Amino acid sequence: MNAILALADGKIFRGRGFGAIGEAVGEVVFNTSMTGYQEILTDPSYCGQMVAMTYPEIGNVGVNPEDVESRKPFVEGFVVKEYWDIPSNFRARQSLHAYLEENGIPGIQGIDTRELVRHIRERGAVNAVIAHGTDDSADTLVDKAKAAPPMEGRDLVAAVTCKEPYQWEQGCWTLEGGYTAPKQAPTRKVVAYDFGIKHNILRNLVDSGCEVRVVPADTPASEVLALDPDGVFLSNGPGDPAAAAYAAAHVRDLVGKKPIFGICLGHQILGLALGGTTYKLKFGHHGGNQPVMDLTTRKVEITSQNHGFAVDVGSLAGSAELTHINLNDETVEGLSHRDVPVFSVQYHPEASPGPSDANYLFGRFVDMIDGSR
Amino acid sequence: MPKRTDIESIMLIGSGPIVIGQACEFDYSGTQACKALREEGYRVILINSNPATIMTDPSTADRTYIEPIALPILERIIASERPDALLPTVGGQTGLNASLDLAETGVLERYGVELIGANIPAIKKAEDRQNFKDAMIAIGLDVPRSGVARTWDEAKRIGEDIGAPLIIRPSRTLGGTGGAMAYSMDEYEALAKRGLELSPISEILIEESIAGWKEYELEVMRDTADNVVIVCSIENLDPMGVHTGDSITVAPAQTLTDKEYQIMRDATLAIMREIGVDTGGSNVQFAINPADGRMAVIEMNPRVSRSSALASKATGFPIAKIAAKVAVGMTLDEISNDITRETPASFEPTIDYVVTKIPRFTFEKFPATPDVLGTQMKSVGEAMAIGRTFKESLQKALRSLEIDSYGFDDKGRGDAVDRSEILTQLGSPSARRLWLVGEAYRFGFTTEEIHDACKIDIWFLENIRQIIEEEPRISLEPEALRRAKEMGFADVRIAALIECSEEEVRQARIAAGIEPVFKTVDTCAAEFAAYTPYLYSTYEQEDESDVKDRKKIMILGGGPNRIGQGIEFDYCCVHASFALKEAGFETIMVNCNPETVSTDYDTSDKLYFEPLTREDVLSIVAREKPDGVIVQFGGQTPLKLAVPLQEAGVPIAGTSPDSIDRAEDRERFAALLDQLGLKQPANGIAFEVEKASEIAARIGFPVLVRPSYVLGGRAMEIVYDDDSLRSYMARAVDVGPGRPVLIDKFLEDAIELDVDAICDGEIVVVAGIMEHIERAGVHSGDSACSLPTQSLSDAVLAEVRRQVHALALELGVVGLMNVQFAVRDEEVFIIEVNPRASRTVPFVSKAIGVPIAKLAARVMAGETLAALGFTEEVVPEHMSVKEAVFPFAKFPGVDTLLGPEMKSTGEVMGIDASFGVSFAKAQLAAGTVLPSAGTAFLSVEDKDKAGLVPVAKRLADCGFDLCATRGTAAALADAGIEARAIGKVQEGGPSAVDEIRAGKIVLVINTPRGQGAHADSYPMRRAALECQVPYFTTIAGAAAAAEGIDFLQRESLGVRPLQEYGTER
Repeated sequence: MNAILALADGKIFRGRGFGAIGEAVGEVVFNTSMTGYQEILTDPSYCGQMVAMTYPEIGNVGVNPEDVESRKPFVEGFVVKEYWDIPSNFRARQSLHAYLEENGIPGIQGIDTRELVRHIRERGAVNAVIAHGTDDSADTLVDKAKAAPPMEGRDLVAAVTCKEPYQWEQGCWTLEGGYTAPKQAPTRKVVAYDFGIKHNILRNLVDSGCEVRVVPADTPASEVLALDPDGVFLSNGPGDPAAAAYAAAHVRDLVGKKPIFGICLGHQILGLALGGTTYKLKFGHHGGNQPVMDLTTRKVEITSQNHGFAVDVGSLAGSAELTHINLNDETVEGLSHRDVPVFSVQYHPEASPGPSDANYLFGRFVDMIDGSR
Repeated sequence: MPKRTDIESIMLIGSGPIVIGQACEFDYSGTQACKALREEGYRVILINSNPATIMTDPSTADRTYIEPIALPILERIIASERPDALLPTVGGQTGLNASLDLAETGVLERYGVELIGANIPAIKKAEDRQNFKDAMIAIGLDVPRSGVARTWDEAKRIGEDIGAPLIIRPSRTLGGTGGAMAYSMDEYEALAKRGLELSPISEILIEESIAGWKEYELEVMRDTADNVVIVCSIENLDPMGVHTGDSITVAPAQTLTDKEYQIMRDATLAIMREIGVDTGGSNVQFAINPADGRMAVIEMNPRVSRSSALASKATGFPIAKIAAKVAVGMTLDEISNDITRETPASFEPTIDYVVTKIPRFTFEKFPATPDVLGTQMKSVGEAMAIGRTFKESLQKALRSLEIDSYGFDDKGRGDAVDRSEILTQLGSPSARRLWLVGEAYRFGFTTEEIHDACKIDIWFLENIRQIIEEEPRISLEPEALRRAKEMGFADVRIAALIECSEEEVRQARIAAGIEPVFKTVDTCAAEFAAYTPYLYSTYEQEDESDVKDRKKIMILGGGPNRIGQGIEFDYCCVHASFALKEAGFETIMVNCNPETVSTDYDTSDKLYFEPLTREDVLSIVAREKPDGVIVQFGGQTPLKLAVPLQEAGVPIAGTSPDSIDRAEDRERFAALLDQLGLKQPANGIAFEVEKASEIAARIGFPVLVRPSYVLGGRAMEIVYDDDSLRSYMARAVDVGPGRPVLIDKFLEDAIELDVDAICDGEIVVVAGIMEHIERAGVHSGDSACSLPTQSLSDAVLAEVRRQVHALALELGVVGLMNVQFAVRDEEVFIIEVNPRASRTVPFVSKAIGVPIAKLAARVMAGETLAALGFTEEVVPEHMSVKEAVFPFAKFPGVDTLLGPEMKSTGEVMGIDASFGVSFAKAQLAAGTVLPSAGTAFLSVEDKDKAGLVPVAKRLADCGFDLCATRGTAAALADAGIEARAIGKVQEGGPSAVDEIRAGKIVLVINTPRGQGAHADSYPMRRAALECQVPYFTTIAGAAAAAEGIDFLQRESLGVRPLQEYGTER
């Protein structure tokens, strides 16, 4: 027992540490995906959060150089029931422990993660501290957790977005060829706002025939328009969308001028730009099994999700229209503009990790681009 | 889309008797489907020949036909019921094949019956191996290289093309019968030819061997709106090469990255769409090359399968129920998730535990077949366990198997005592290989060496290594003990490792506060609140058992199916639960068999999916504090716990464990019979050969010999002379102090009776007296029987009833009791008394139309038979015949003779007005089509020759040509019956075996006696089995068959639903 998970509400879990020695502070959320921990660790949307995996055996397939969604892991800390140190997978190059250690991320294992999940389910996502191999008492750790800033009102986009614009050229992964360059030359130009973008979104845009320019979150609309893109993409990202008001302001200036597609935080920012409001969910949606109905086709897709905030359905008036809903809790999962080519989804059509049911949305985006040219 | 209103009635076809490859999972799925469809307001017509099922309870469907699943019978039912639709996907391969036959012969079209849930082209595309392969290649998926052959010449060419090792799979056989792996071309020839013979359409698939690849299964569900969800992923611990039914499997998949898993998921969705499964559950199997991740599609089942049952229990997602609802047009988003209530069924379950299934084998029953696993399924049952880690789940699964192993003990060692032998044996998949892996670690082999030998993924191996390495660290110190318990070590195993008693471990554990908590199976990893108390134990912090302060009864189930203990006991447990729920009790089910109705989450108020060991049961009792525990309904498994549980202070409901002991303990039983003035065959008990010989001489040959503690007649034999007795003592049992052999006088030619009765402590009501068709000497579970009896005098029956009453009252039975009698020359002998539910309870219940297990459960909970209104024996006017079904075809080299050791896996029932027709129905249901004309071959031992005469005469009168071995022919000639003489095997010239194999013989009657005669005539019986020629190995069976044939020549079989039999209550 050399590790403690201390929640701000005073709940303590004692377990064994893995990954880096040290302390980490963040909001604890749980993720219900049974596969894909490496993609989860490297999803920038988890900046400021610690992830507890509901699936108990984690580390089985180790870590490989391919299954990454950004330049580094962004979770603050990692919580599992049983950490597994000896990878079994032909692509594994190192253990999860070594990877976390290398990236300074502490982990805790051997705790009753189901109890933690039920606790979060009842009381909501909560700030916490993981201490691995440090001397602080549990009480001190609880105080540290209490002192951590709340997620509401936090702009974490600034912490994760790129500093300079860059081109993205890599396509999606295949078993036979790994990551490949697209076979055909791109026929559309897309500017992607990086609020904490997952690489698989960029790969999917590339595979959909787009030349992709990634720009920092605070890039004004005028600069984007100056690039003369055929479409604009709004990415996922961490934190409270309302706190990144500048982003919504830029987007507002783009609506009606260019076709726009938003995912996750990008969807929330679009919602704000269209006059809606956002709110914090009790514990959010983090997993790969969320059922969403596309209201235009009445078809259900199983989606990958990772968000703690949502667009308020009641706030969607005027130009915004509800297009997708979550069948579990009927929250907003997608919206579009009534008049101009603008749409967004709360979930992750790029999957990675998770099912690819919603991959068609990239096609919908390029069709929209092609239709407005 | 809402449910369809253009159809009102739906027919379901069950899977028939329990056989290897098709067990109670299809009772579970059929029952769920019936319930789901009736819930939606449809009229459900069900047909199944297996009486030991919940689905054939008259209250499960609107119309229930316990009739043979055969084309003419099905057509007759359709003609009389005129269903609007047929759902073919919930009755296993049997149900699917029968539906296919109905479609292909135009019956469905003729009566305007619509096939729902699956269409014919889709079924054919999925089931026909070449079509399937072509379809996979068409959508860009990889498959093993293969070819289809209908002749040996074709097979030869294909085999040479691909090169050994090769896999041979005959088309359209159950559970992969005839499937095999050929390592050389010589081996290939024999196996390919056999496969061609076994396939009903004489077709085999020859495949590139991908033995050693990792094997996966995905369970998938689709609705009419093309919404598709994956219910569960399963990874096989045993790599490719072992039939998935015989593999240890784990859910969810453990060694796939998300990228690889999504490739598999996408492929599954593409396959569903390409094959065109309209709606419902399917199962797709994949192989993955561990070296480079190459994925090949193996096969798809376009129906609810054995894996579906496992996936349902593993996730809480009720596949069969949902499959039924989507078949009538509902979409997944319109169906709610029973467990969370608030969320829809259109989601993918996520689990926060690890599920392990281990198959249960019975090689000990078939010594002629080696313990080697391959592509043909051989297991007869399975146990499933749930734990929060794989180690815990695996160790719980081991002790759930009920093979007296509580973890990685030395069971795997066998004769492999030196290092090199271990690696060799690891290379050959077997029932004990898992234990052998543990042993290999103890011998100091590395994971790499073990992996090279067995190809089991290193993730599984490393987990086993951790378990083995923990062994020497275990002690009663709280920290060490807690760690061991978290890893799943059983108290019994810990006790063995540190050399103390189980009770000491338990006490140390409780003193240190190390007790399990119970977690919920909720489909969603706790993301939503669960309303269905489906629980499993683990050693963690938070307990979710939510114990209620109600009157409650706990029912211990039967554990994994095996020969001798099968679905009949699950039926009894489910009935107990239903009855006690009705009576206002909270019912708590404990069981570890994923195939069953008892482990459905809505059968009881609470379900604990747990091993049936003393430790695990006591932990649940400690939490729930039930008012009574029922141990008498689940067969031997819970019964063995009766005394230990009572000693631990657990209130046992109904008949006291002491009474059970009084009936089981030889000496106490003898005293009981003395006291009541009842007779049993003369007997004795021997600890060594000389004593045995002396006893046998005293009571006179033939004698029945068996080891003292046996189930299902294990190692029981009839011995006719001293030499055979000595040979038995030397060969069959390790006799010694504490392990005596029991010797009983064998009553030759006696008629055996099985009697089920119910007693509330005050009055006794006989539920049914069954007369065995085979004479004494055939295990009661293997014998056909009729209810009511046909040949017994009123005086004998009155005496039987008197004895049953006396026994029940003297033993203080509260609940069910079964007594076996032998009757010879009007004299009644007691063979055994079992104060518990017997295998025949479901058959009796259906024959007499009274749910006796339900009544017994209520009696055990304190009600009286008078209050329940069951005070008089019901003797029905119609005749019910039960016939046993055997797995001989799955075990090459095994003889088909019946004896005192039970070998059947299942049973069927025939009901009609008279014995002949009921017997004919039972035969047809068991797969034996009685011939109407042709040549019958007769060969009987001397003492049966007189008995054969009327049988032969009847056959001759029915127009059969007779042929017989010389002796038999001569005996028949003496009686004026003409029979052509024909050679036995070894006599040269055309023999009976040749004629059977040439299809010239349509019926075989053969009753050999003694070891020599057995060996002589064995090739004949085997030939009959393999060529599917009806064969009878007892005169009584042959006489019944002749009566059935006689009937069939005069009339055709009619059908009648259970609901119309007069005694239905």
